[in-house]
Amino acid sequence: MTEQIRKIVAEYGRLSVDMARLSDDDDLYRAGMSSHASVNLMLALEDAFDLEFPERYLRRGTFESISAIREAIQTLTGDVSQTS
Amino acid sequence: MEGTKAPLDIVAAPKARAWRVGTDLCSVEAVAESVDRFGQRYLRRVYTEDELQYCLDAPGRTAERLAARFAAKEATIKVLRPRDNWPDWRMIEIRKDPGGWCQVVLTGTAAQMAADAGIVVVDVSMSHDGAMASAVVLAHAASD
Repeated sequence: MTEQIRKIVAEYGRLSVDMARLSDDDDLYRAGMSSHASVNLMLALEDAFDLEFPERYLRRGTFESISAIREAIQTLTGDVSQTS
Repeated sequence: MEGTKAPLDIVAAPKARAWRVGTDLCSVEAVAESVDRFGQRYLRRVYTEDELQYCLDAPGRTAERLAARFAAKEATIKVLRPRDNWPDWRMIEIRKDPGGWCQVVLTGTAAQMAADAGIVVVDVSMSHDGAMASAVVLAHAASD
């Protein structure tokens, strides 16, 4: 799951730094992701994981790091078995 | 002791209300790519029916208009200064006045955040030129 998230972030996050240099806990907004890019990221994640982020997840914290995204997806899908 | 007197009463005046300014830039190309990639899902998750009606009415300028509105929404977020929960993008609507200017209309969580902080959005100004769109939002807050 993590690798899939990293691939989607690299494609839609419009980061100003190389994705390979970011850890799972690094702040994606500090890495250059704009609010508009976070919308694209959200929609791409919904496509990839067949889910829809409800309104309560539409906050900066949900998409601020790879690990935060992974946690949100695991909560929404009920899948806590895959951490890597 | 004329030399120690404050030049104007401004220095000592109580700050009853404070101004807040938000500004943002948005790439027109990025918005056009989002529309191409995600289509209606992108449009319906970010913009209100009223906004879409106006922006889609001019096919040659749709991306510019959408980008200007996204910038205005983000500028409004900067004025609201959310700490945890962020309002849905559609709760910040940029409404076109028949006179030609625009105004910010807040609903739901965005309206509640503004009310809690005593914020009144005063005005919004948007512009777009080529690749970029920009917006500035001006508001009064009860205090900082």
